[in-house]
Amino acid sequence: MNVSYKWLNEYIDLNGYTGEALAELMTSGGIEIDVVESRNKGVSGVVVGRVVTREKHPDADKLSVCTVDVGGSEPLQIVCGAKNVAAGQLVPVATVGAKLPGDFAIKRAKLRGVESQGMICSAKEIGLNEKLLPKEQQEGILVLPEGMTVGQSILDVLGIDDEVLELDLTPNRSDCLSMLGVAYEVGALTGREVKLPDNQVSDTTELASEHLSVQIEAVEQCSHYAARYIKGVVIGPSPQWMQNRLMAAGIRPISNVVDITNFVMLEYGQPLHAFDADKVNHGRIVVRLAREGEVIVTLDDQERKLEPHTLVITDGEKPIALAGVMGGANSEVNESTVNILLESARFDGGTVRKTSRQIGLRSESSIRFEKGVDPARVVPALDRAAALIAKYADGLVLEGVVQEVASAPEEKEIYVSLDKINRYLGTELSKLEVQTLFGRLQFSFELSLDGVFKVQVPSRRGDITRDVDLIEEVARLYGYDNIPTTPIEGAATPGALTKPQAIRRELRKRLTDAGLNEVISYSFTHPDRTRLFPALNGSVVPIRLSLPMSEDRSVLRTSLLPQLLETATYNRNRKIEDLSLFEIGSVFHTEETELTRLPQEKHRLAVLLTGSRTSTQWNRKSSPVDFYDVKGVLETVGEVLGISGLISYVAAQPEDMHPGRTAAIVLETERGPETIGYVGQVHPALQLEHDLQDVYVLEIELAPLYDAANFDIAYKSLPRYPAMQRDIAVVLNREIEVGKVIDAVRETAGELLESVNVFDIYTGEKLGAEKKSVALSLVYRHDARTLTDEEVTELHGRVVAKLEQSFAAELRK
Amino acid sequence: MDEMKERLEALRTEALNELELVGDPQKLNDLRVKYLGKKGALTEILRGMGALSAEERPVIGQVGNEVRAAIEAVIEEKQSVFQQAETENRLRAETIDVTLPGSKLPAGAVHPLNKVAQEIEDIFVGLGYTIAEGPEVETDYFNFEALNLPKDHPARDMQDSFYITDDILMRTQTSPVQIRTMKAMNGKTPVKVICPGKVYRRDDDDATHSFQFNQIEGLVIGPNIRMSDLKGTLLQFAQLMFGKQAQIRLRPSFFPFTEPSAEVDISCAQCGGEGCRMCKHTGWLEILGCGMVHPRVLEMGGYDPNEVSGFAFGMGVERIALLKYGIDDIRHFYTNDARFLGQFVRMQG
Repeated sequence: MNVSYKWLNEYIDLNGYTGEALAELMTSGGIEIDVVESRNKGVSGVVVGRVVTREKHPDADKLSVCTVDVGGSEPLQIVCGAKNVAAGQLVPVATVGAKLPGDFAIKRAKLRGVESQGMICSAKEIGLNEKLLPKEQQEGILVLPEGMTVGQSILDVLGIDDEVLELDLTPNRSDCLSMLGVAYEVGALTGREVKLPDNQVSDTTELASEHLSVQIEAVEQCSHYAARYIKGVVIGPSPQWMQNRLMAAGIRPISNVVDITNFVMLEYGQPLHAFDADKVNHGRIVVRLAREGEVIVTLDDQERKLEPHTLVITDGEKPIALAGVMGGANSEVNESTVNILLESARFDGGTVRKTSRQIGLRSESSIRFEKGVDPARVVPALDRAAALIAKYADGLVLEGVVQEVASAPEEKEIYVSLDKINRYLGTELSKLEVQTLFGRLQFSFELSLDGVFKVQVPSRRGDITRDVDLIEEVARLYGYDNIPTTPIEGAATPGALTKPQAIRRELRKRLTDAGLNEVISYSFTHPDRTRLFPALNGSVVPIRLSLPMSEDRSVLRTSLLPQLLETATYNRNRKIEDLSLFEIGSVFHTEETELTRLPQEKHRLAVLLTGSRTSTQWNRKSSPVDFYDVKGVLETVGEVLGISGLISYVAAQPEDMHPGRTAAIVLETERGPETIGYVGQVHPALQLEHDLQDVYVLEIELAPLYDAANFDIAYKSLPRYPAMQRDIAVVLNREIEVGKVIDAVRETAGELLESVNVFDIYTGEKLGAEKKSVALSLVYRHDARTLTDEEVTELHGRVVAKLEQSFAAELRK
Repeated sequence: MDEMKERLEALRTEALNELELVGDPQKLNDLRVKYLGKKGALTEILRGMGALSAEERPVIGQVGNEVRAAIEAVIEEKQSVFQQAETENRLRAETIDVTLPGSKLPAGAVHPLNKVAQEIEDIFVGLGYTIAEGPEVETDYFNFEALNLPKDHPARDMQDSFYITDDILMRTQTSPVQIRTMKAMNGKTPVKVICPGKVYRRDDDDATHSFQFNQIEGLVIGPNIRMSDLKGTLLQFAQLMFGKQAQIRLRPSFFPFTEPSAEVDISCAQCGGEGCRMCKHTGWLEILGCGMVHPRVLEMGGYDPNEVSGFAFGMGVERIALLKYGIDDIRHFYTNDARFLGQFVRMQG
C-alpha cells in the first residue's frame, strides 16, 4: 500500500510530522515503512502555461516556435520539438531558472537561431511515472486538462509536492490497505482524531429498487451484497486532484466512474465495481457459483472457463463478473454508458483467492477481498462512491441501497484483565494507562471493578480476536522498548547435547582435526544422481518435489556421495586437486512411489579423499591418498566411539565402486551383523565421467553408530611384567586376506598375545606373481608373571603351524 | 730423598710445560697416561719411596701429591676448555634455518554455517536449553496448521513452499519442531529448547537468497513466562554472541504463531551503532523474529493457555554467518569451494 502524505493529511492532522518522522513512528508501532519517496524528483519553477501561437521554426523541420502565456506581462517565446504541441493547449512550462529532475537547469537559449525562453515539458521530464498516465499523455509534451490557472505551479496542480510512504504490511494488518485504516493507526499512535470523508447522497424520489434487485444464492461465499443505481452519468476524465491521488497510490486514472471506484477502494479498503446498468438484464443481480461449462469474457478480453468453485455475479442468466476479481466485458462501463449499477459487496477471501490464482490475476480488489474487508464499510463506501459519481460524473443517485445480507458479523467483545496484561508483558501498567491506550485505538470498553476490560473491537480490526491480540495492541502502543528486561523465573534447567548430537560434534572435531573440510550440499538433486551408488540407496524411490525450480534440483537426495563427487569436480575445475572433504547430513528414503507418510530421514557421514595426502614441501615428498587413508578415517572414528571391535570390513563389489578396492562396512549389532556403509575407491569409469583422478570415499549410516557408541573408558593397569616380541614373515597366496591371517593368529595365540601388527607386505618377482610376503610382529605378555622363553617359543610355534596349515603359509627364513 | 724431591719437581715442570702446548683432547689424554697413568712417570718416581725412611716417606708423599694435584688441575682445566670448544663446534654444525616452514598438523574446518550454529547452540546449552530436532520433510499439519496457519490463511503467501504431495512438504521453518517438542513433553513444563536445522523455501537464488537455508528457533514454556523474559533472554544471547556492549531493539511485527510478535534488531557489532555499510547506516541489524507463543499454538501442542505461557524466537544462520564473516554471497555456503571452506579453520572466539 502506497500512502500519499497529503492525502492522508485529509483524514488526520499530520502537522508536526514530516514524512520521515511519520514513517519512523509507524514502523516503531508495527507498520513497517519500506521507503518514503518524494513525488517531486527535482522539479522547481515549472508552471502551467497556455500555448498562444505555434509557428514552424524557419530553419528546422521538426521544431516549432511557440508563444506561451505563463501569467507574466508578456508571453514567452519557446522553441519546442514535440509533434503534439498546438495553440490553445495548457502545458507545463519550465521557465528560465527552473530545475528539472537530474539537476537540469533551464537557461535562456538559442535553437537554430531562434531564442527560447524556457521549455515545454513532457510528463517524463517533470518526473512523472509514464506508466500511470493515459496513453495520450505519454507521448510528446504533457497536455494538461482545462480548468487550471495559467501561472500556477505544476507542483500544486499535479500534486507532485508530496511524499509517498510505502507500507510493507504484515498479513494481519490488512486494515491498513485503506487510507482510513492508516488514519486510525496514525490516530492510535498520535492520539489525534480521524476525520471521515463526506458520503452524503442527496435525496431523490425515484427508488433504486424499481430498477435493480439483488439476490445472493451462494450465501457461504458472499455474506453481503449492496448496490446503488445511478442515472444519467457523463463519462469523462476524473478531476485532476483525484488523478493525482490515484497516481500517488500507483493506480492509472482511466475515467471518472472507474477512478471513483478505485479512489473509494483506496479510501475505505472496500473494492467496488461499476456495471453498465443497461447491459444488466432487468437490473437483476444474482450472486452464485458458476455452473459446469460456463464461460465469461473478462474486461481484458480473455475468455475464461469457469470452475464450479468460481463465484460469479450474474444477471440471472449469464455471468457478468468474476466476483471480486474482474468484471465481464458484457457489462463494461465505457464512454457511451449512461446508467450505472454500482456494487459494494463482501466476498469470501478464500473463494476470491482461488479464482484469482486460477486465472493468474491479482488485482487491488482481489487482494483486499482475500485479506477480508470491513463489513461495516460496505454501505458507507458505496454511498461515498455514489456521492462522488453524482458530483464528478453528473449522475443522479436513485433513492436507497438495494442489498441482501446473507450473514452479518457478530459483535466482538473481548475480555482482558489488567492483571493478565501485566503478567503477560512483565509490566506494571495502571488502569488509567491501559484505558488511555484503548481510547487512542478508538476501541470502546467497559472496566469492571476487579480490573477486567470488556472491549468492543471495531470490525475494521478483523485481526483482533482474543485477549492476547489486545495485549499486543497495548504493548505496541506502550512501546516494546518500555517493556522491562527480566530473567526467567523458576528452577534452573540443565542444558546438554543428546548422544547423537554429541557424536556428530565429535565427528566434526575429529575429522577437521585430521585435515578434512566440512561441506554442506543441497538436499535437492538431479534424478540421475540418485541412481549412482545404488547399494547406498537400497530399494528406495527418489522423492520428487511437485513443483521443482529446475530438473537439477527436483528430487531429494538418497545418498551423500553423488554431490560430494560433484563438489570434487567443481574444485578440480578450479585446479584444486587435493581434497579431503566430509559431509554429515540427512538422506531421504521411501519405498512408496506416492508419499502417504513421511519418508525416513537418515543421518549419514560421507568422506571423500583425492589427490595427495600432504603437499610437497622442502622436507617431504607428496604422496597420493589410497584406500587405507579413507579406511583409517573410519577406524579412528571407530576408536573414538568405542566400537572398533564391532566393525569389520568385507571385500565387496557394489555398483559404481572399484570392484577390487571396496569393502562393505559391517557392524556387529544386537540383531547380528549389519552392513552400514561402504568404503573404497570410486569406479574408474565414474571417476572419468567426473573428470577426477583416483577418489576414495566412504558413506556410512550414523544411527547404528549412535546406538553402538560406548563412551566408557575401561582402564587397564599398566603392565608390570616384561613383554616378549616375536616377528614372523610368511609367504602366502596373494588372494589370502591378511585380516583372516590376523584372526587366525589371535585365535591360536589366545590371551597371552597382547598385540599383532602388520609391519611389512612384500610382493615381487622373487616370490612369483601369485605370492606375497606378510611380516607380522607379535607381542606376548602375561599379566601376572614373566613369560619364559620356552613357553613363548612353544606358543609361537603353534601360531606358525596354524598359518602353515590353514593358509599353506611358508615361513620365510 | 732430595734427589727424589728434585725429580718430582722436574717432573712437574716438564709436565706443565708439555701440557701448556697441548692442542687436542687426544694428546691431553696421552699426557695424562704418560704422567699420571698406572705406569706413568709419577708412579715410576714414587715407586722409589720404598727406599726411604719412615720420616722421609710422608714428606715425599706430600710432594708427590702436590705434583699430582698440580698436573691434574691443569689437565682438568684443559679438558673443560676442549669440551666447551667441542660443544660449540657441534652446535655450530647442527644449526638450521629456522625460517623454513614447519611440518604443520593437519587442520580442516567445520563448515561456517555449522560453526555459527554450534556457537549459538553452545550459548543456549549454557543457558539451560536442550537441542530438539525434527524431520526436514514435514506434514502440512506440523509445518502450518498446528502453527495457527490453516490452509487458506493469507500468511501462507509469506513463504512459498516446496510441496511433495498435498499434505507433505519440505519444512519452511523449524517451528514444526516446536509443536513436536510440545507434544512429546505431554503438557509438562518447563520447556526450554532450541531447534536448529535446514529449511526450504521457494526462492530464486541470488546473493542474498537461497532456497535452502538454516534456522535456529527457541521455545520456552512455563507457568509464568512473560514478554519481559523474552527480552531478557534475547539481550543475554545478543551479548554472548555479539559482545557485552550489544543492545537489542524490538519492533512490533506479525507471525501467525506468536502474539504479540516482534522483529529484533541487534546493535551493529561492526560500528557499535554509529552506522556503517554493514548495518546500512542504521546502527541496527535485523537478526531475529520472536514473540509470545500464540494460545492456539499452545493448545495444539497440548497446553492450556490459561495455565502456561511461553515465548519463541527464530533466527537465520546464514544471515548471521554473512554478517559475522563479512561474506558477500550466500551461494558460497553451498558451492563448497575448498578455498572458501579452508578459511574457517580458526577456533570459536
